[in-house]
Amino acid sequence: MSHHIIDLQDVHYRYPDGTQALSGISFRIVHGEAVGIVGANGAGKSTLLLQIGGTLLPTAGSIRIGEIVLSKKTVKEIRKKIGFVFQDPDDQIFMPTVFEDVAFGPLHLGWTLDNVEQSALKALEKVNCKHLKDRPPHKLSMGQKRAVSIASVIAMDPDILVMDEPSSNLDPRSRRQLIQLLNTFDHSKIIASHDLDMVLELCERTIILGEGRVAADGRTRELFSDEKLLAENGLEKPLSLQYQRLRVAK
Amino acid sequence: MASFDSTFLDLGRLDNLSYNDTIIHRIDPRAKLLVTVVFIIVVVSFPKYALTSLVPFFFFPILMAYLAELPVGFLLKKLLIVSPFAVFIGIFNPFLDREVLVHLGSFDITGGWISFGSLILRFVLTVGAALILIATTSFPGICNALDRLKVPRLFVIQLMFLYRFIFVLTEETLRMVRARRMRSFDKKRPGIKQFVQMVGLLFLRTLERAERIYLAMCSRGFDGEIRTIKRLRFTLRDLLFLSLFIMLFAVFRFYNTNQILGNLVLQVFR
Amino acid sequence: MHMADALISPTVGLTFCAISGGTIIYSAKKLKEEANEKIIPLMGVLGAFVFAAQMINFTIPGTGSSGHLGGGMILAILLGPYAGFLTLASVLIIQALFFGDGGLLALGCNIFNMAFWTCFVAYPLIYRKIVKQDSQPTMITFAALVSVLAAMQLGPFSVVIQTLLSGISDLPFKSFVLLMQPIHLAIGLVEAVVTAAFIAFVRKARPEILQAAATSRLLAQIPIRKVLIGLGVVTLLTGGILSWFASSHPDGLEWSIERITGKSEISEPVKGIIPLLGAIQEKSAILPDYGFKPGGPPQTDEMQADQSERGEAWPAIASGTTVAGVVGSVMTLALAFLIGFVFKRRRSKVR
Ligand SMILES: Nc1ncnc2c1ncn2[C@@H]1O[C@H](COP(=O)(O)OP(=O)(O)OP(=O)(O)O)[C@@H](O)[C@H]1O
Ligand SMILES: [Mg+2]
Repeated sequence: MSHHIIDLQDVHYRYPDGTQALSGISFRIVHGEAVGIVGANGAGKSTLLLQIGGTLLPTAGSIRIGEIVLSKKTVKEIRKKIGFVFQDPDDQIFMPTVFEDVAFGPLHLGWTLDNVEQSALKALEKVNCKHLKDRPPHKLSMGQKRAVSIASVIAMDPDILVMDEPSSNLDPRSRRQLIQLLNTFDHSKIIASHDLDMVLELCERTIILGEGRVAADGRTRELFSDEKLLAENGLEKPLSLQYQRLRVAK
Repeated sequence: MASFDSTFLDLGRLDNLSYNDTIIHRIDPRAKLLVTVVFIIVVVSFPKYALTSLVPFFFFPILMAYLAELPVGFLLKKLLIVSPFAVFIGIFNPFLDREVLVHLGSFDITGGWISFGSLILRFVLTVGAALILIATTSFPGICNALDRLKVPRLFVIQLMFLYRFIFVLTEETLRMVRARRMRSFDKKRPGIKQFVQMVGLLFLRTLERAERIYLAMCSRGFDGEIRTIKRLRFTLRDLLFLSLFIMLFAVFRFYNTNQILGNLVLQVFR
Repeated sequence: MHMADALISPTVGLTFCAISGGTIIYSAKKLKEEANEKIIPLMGVLGAFVFAAQMINFTIPGTGSSGHLGGGMILAILLGPYAGFLTLASVLIIQALFFGDGGLLALGCNIFNMAFWTCFVAYPLIYRKIVKQDSQPTMITFAALVSVLAAMQLGPFSVVIQTLLSGISDLPFKSFVLLMQPIHLAIGLVEAVVTAAFIAFVRKARPEILQAAATSRLLAQIPIRKVLIGLGVVTLLTGGILSWFASSHPDGLEWSIERITGKSEISEPVKGIIPLLGAIQEKSAILPDYGFKPGGPPQTDEMQADQSERGEAWPAIASGTTVAGVVGSVMTLALAFLIGFVFKRRRSKVR
């Protein structure tokens, strides 16, 4: 299953205005892996995800998804493999009804109308939102919006799910539901987040970014227990781990 | 214009109504759109001095409002705060056209008053019909109807986006307006300079949003060509709705329904 | 300045629907051929932006009264004529539906009055003629001011023309013009100042946007001649056909019925009418609205029918027929309630 591999080699990115957002990132993700990406504000998480999603092309270095090397020519091919969930569902959901939005991807991949309808309904079912299909997005709760934006991506049947801060702005219950939902997917997952507890629950492996570089890459639990490493990168130990320590201390 | 909050809430309320589920809401948007357009054309096709012959046309809005379970008070209120341009122009008629056309007992009624009355009836009927259309048909439904009626797709998709983001942006604006109000106790409204600053800020955010939306579209296969999924099915019920109402309008237009009905009734009582 | 359904005749309404509809089709085609696909989401979102901005009231200096933005020229400057036109048309559609501003038939007029003049006349012929690639800020401000003012005079003027052509209002041309133009000079001045200030803001914050608009070929060159000719043809055709229809057959719709059924006036319910009422009717006009004196204002079709049937008898209105008319009206409306009631009962039973 080599085509499920994401391989970044020395990726650099500089925004048109001169901001150097990424300076030499390399890592490799294998099939079925769930990887968390954490780091302070401005560390380059979103930029990195946009590279993987093919929305921005690296200014230097290379990105390989399966056998395909990301370039202007292969962008379309790559976008079919990658499901990108944007940070703000109000940007992600742009069609005026839930169903039309979820059907947009399959429709533009050129599937037959029957397939489009089926996969859209199936995706909505997966995120428990089938009953919302005729609603306009402005009449959804934040948690529902998030679920719908995930549905609109998995309707395209991607190999890899890429998510930017999926738990932001969610209340505790919606956040819990989201985590449960994401746990049911067996896609490869890349999740950028400030919610270290969620990363801890969802991702075996974590990459810590700092100023556009990989500061650490390893097993989530180990990295998150390393207070010095976290502090250096402007992060705090997740609550669940702090709580554990308290209990041990007693 | 009313304050931002009330305009915003009204918009939301009307939009909410359009997602109800009644016998009228379930009818194909194309049928409702066509019936409404025909209704309006027939109403304005009456001569200038038509007054009582317009009355039967209230049949349509009343029946629709009833069947669609619309809050009539709310719609009437909306009708009242609608831009009064037509009424403003019409009110000159009574002063300009002073020819007596009708003697009702000892009252002389001038043509100006009759045409003004006619204008008011037209106003209520046409605006009422438009409001009822949107209260019984979701805007995405109307867009689907336009798409199927061969309106250029680029225009339709842009109407869809407009509708989608009106709610996102008005909410964003509402927050800005409220924040400004909190900070300035003295003035109710911003001056031009402040206004431009607010709107400018909103504009910059909007540009960024447009950029993100474009990326979201691209990552879902958008390549410049917009495709739409056909979701409407024109059933026998829709055909019936369409043809019955159009026939009814034709009857109202060409037969003096009032007179015939009235005569019949009077005859019974005589 | 929204034109309303209540003020226009079907001929005027449909003619302008054809003009605006044609311009929408033409603009959409043009954009599809030449514009960057990025403009599609940009149009929708900027339309929503203008819509939201229109909802904010501001204080007009010196008067204390409140005003709000129109935003037409802003859209034209940011998006160019074609995309600006489509976006503005969409905003007007939403306004007509959700706020009842204007009306559905008058949409054609409103799109023409507000979007067409702004995007296809004031913008290319005034704004773009003044603003060159290396224009000074004061020049840009000046261009924004003048073009908005022009658009805000052309729009109301066509409202006057459309109203007069429709013949529902009795206002004579001269007083109507004197009523409309000065008011809109004042409104236009406010709009012009706000537009200029906004464009100045954009120039400072995101100069590249105005730069891009200024250099884009598509945005700059409108085949004015072609547009005007196309427009003329559409106007002549629709307007001509419709008004010929309306004038040679006072009631165009009736004419077609006549063609189909073979009779001109639908006969009265011959048997049902009792002699007494018939006798009253003999002496009277049918209903208050049709009870004109001979030689009165333009005749209605019903009146003509009456005249041919009953000769020149036009005495004052008879109360009998009025009563019949009123009773009939009440009945029709009562019927509406009744049907609604029955339907609802049935439905709630089904549930
Ligand atoms: N569109 C842009 N143009 C120019 N610079 C940008 C742009 N977007 C981001 N940057 C810059 O690139 C750097 C990385 O930003 P990025 O958004 O990737 O960070 P992030 O880790 O996602 O931060 P956050 O946690 O706040 O979301 C920052 O210095 C940021 O200012
Ligand atoms: Mg980010």
